[in-house]
Amino acid sequence: MNLSERQVQFLLQSKTIPAVKIQQKPPRTDPLADIFEKFAHIIFGICGFIAVVSVAMITVFLLVSGVPAIKEIGLAEFLFGTKWLPTADTPRYGIMPFILTSLYGTFGAILIGVPIGILCAVFLTKIAGKRIGGIVSAAVSLMAGIPSVVYGLVGMIVIVPTVREIFGLPDGANLFSAILVLAVMILPSVISVSETALRAVPKEYEEASLALGATKTETIFKVTIPASKSGILAAVVLGVGRAIGEAMAVMMVSGNVANMPKIFGSVRFLTTAVASEMSYSSGLQRKALFSIALVLFIFIMAINLVLNFVVKRDKK
Amino acid sequence: MNETVSRTRKIRDLILKGLVWLSAAIICLLLAGMLCFILIKGLGHISWKFLSSKTSLLNGTVGILPNLLSTLYIIIMTLIVVLPLGVGSAVYLNEYAKNKKAVRLIELATETLAGIPSIIYGLVGMLIFVQFCSFGTSLKAGAFTLVIMTLPTMIRTTQESLKTVPDSYREGSLGLGAGKWYMIRTAVLPSAIDGIVTGCILSVGRIVGESAALLFTAGMANEILSPSQAVSNGGAGSTLTVSMYMYAKERGDFDTAFAIAAILLILSLLLNIAAKVTAKLFQRGDKK
Repeated sequence: MNLSERQVQFLLQSKTIPAVKIQQKPPRTDPLADIFEKFAHIIFGICGFIAVVSVAMITVFLLVSGVPAIKEIGLAEFLFGTKWLPTADTPRYGIMPFILTSLYGTFGAILIGVPIGILCAVFLTKIAGKRIGGIVSAAVSLMAGIPSVVYGLVGMIVIVPTVREIFGLPDGANLFSAILVLAVMILPSVISVSETALRAVPKEYEEASLALGATKTETIFKVTIPASKSGILAAVVLGVGRAIGEAMAVMMVSGNVANMPKIFGSVRFLTTAVASEMSYSSGLQRKALFSIALVLFIFIMAINLVLNFVVKRDKK
Repeated sequence: MNETVSRTRKIRDLILKGLVWLSAAIICLLLAGMLCFILIKGLGHISWKFLSSKTSLLNGTVGILPNLLSTLYIIIMTLIVVLPLGVGSAVYLNEYAKNKKAVRLIELATETLAGIPSIIYGLVGMLIFVQFCSFGTSLKAGAFTLVIMTLPTMIRTTQESLKTVPDSYREGSLGLGAGKWYMIRTAVLPSAIDGIVTGCILSVGRIVGESAALLFTAGMANEILSPSQAVSNGGAGSTLTVSMYMYAKERGDFDTAFAIAAILLILSLLLNIAAKVTAKLFQRGDKK
């Protein structure tokens, strides 16, 4: 079939013209649509920065309401004073008991919870078969979903009387009971983060160890765990954050008296100090509660920084 | 190979293995023990009357309808606000933002929000929403506090699933001449629906389980609220968790507390299953 030059040209033109048109002019010639696109961009931008705005607001509000009381009381007296007597004739606002209780409580919870958590993560990643592993990991995710007041209730009814009877105390609501409840509560987050860390260890490491004659268990404890230590460290730091921030469950089992911490003494944490007096306090006492929250917030921010540092180092 | 493994190594192996099994057993026994204990102590006190009336000191009856309703209102209000905000934020991070520093800043802020304990949310919620915005102690103030609290969950889950939407969807849509917003609305978001649904389920779980953040924002009232009262300033009400805390700690009514705890457990069990089912459902959809 022969085509004349004109015919060829016509065909070419008819094919290329629409393409050229698209390049020069998009089919959306509606100016409204362009405005709409810009509008959407702005709206999404606002949404994007809402998290930043929230963090800024939280920081500002805590600073504004927390700093005045510290100024009035004096930073050293506030942080290192060992007596919290806000309703006495000469009120004392020392929060050392709360700080120490929070630190001891967290430390105790980590001491009990972390080894169990890591071993359980080892079980899930390396030892359990598909069925048993499925059951255990379902149990872990269910544990993570149980509300903290439910842990508190069980602690109140089961752990507190048991601790009282075993150690022959007048009251079982003390630091030790709180540590036990906290240890259980941090388990799910410790397990899930260490699980991720253990799974990320390259298989070659383990294969090399096995080939050199190490048993499977030796490989896990001498190769896999050391290789995932920064991930496991992140799990520990996360557990610290959970434990130090827990309020309701701890309030139900710790006795809630502002003593310097003793393992079998009734104690008050930073979180419970805020929660227990908030509803009826006024004046300087109320302002001081915000200062306690500020101190707690600074603790949490420090923990976040450490966590970020650990995770970042891990990525490199 | 076994010949080369000495006796002491074998024993140490066994001990370590035993410890690993023991810790897994501890987890399972703890959970099973808690579940059985609460359900046995709690289920017996749940009756239709318990669920459908309010506590009356005059008649000496206990009912948790107000608390069920408050929980429901707070869930709905929170989701209505946090869903567009969280999804919008994730879309911005994944589709619009080009400045790496801005993305890093937002992600840092989101991580920070996720780490802040709920008692601090409660306090700041009280300062911002109850006092500064003068909502009063109300469900609305509680819901807004929970919006900030659940924002990280919503952003993270949505972002994770936005990342898995293939770029060819975006290119195809843009190539056909769609604008960016049109592309996001018709091609990107529908493919990321699994993450959005998961985010909602996780958020509902957090809202149902939350107590410390609501104690000073949503209040402790036990009155039945109509929907219009629920969104008004000063419409206070306690959710299931808060009322459980009040029954256990302030009134020493442990029967009621355990009944509510049983309901809470069943709810968290259902949400857990729902999250797993959604994950599976959408996985299957992908394989097709």
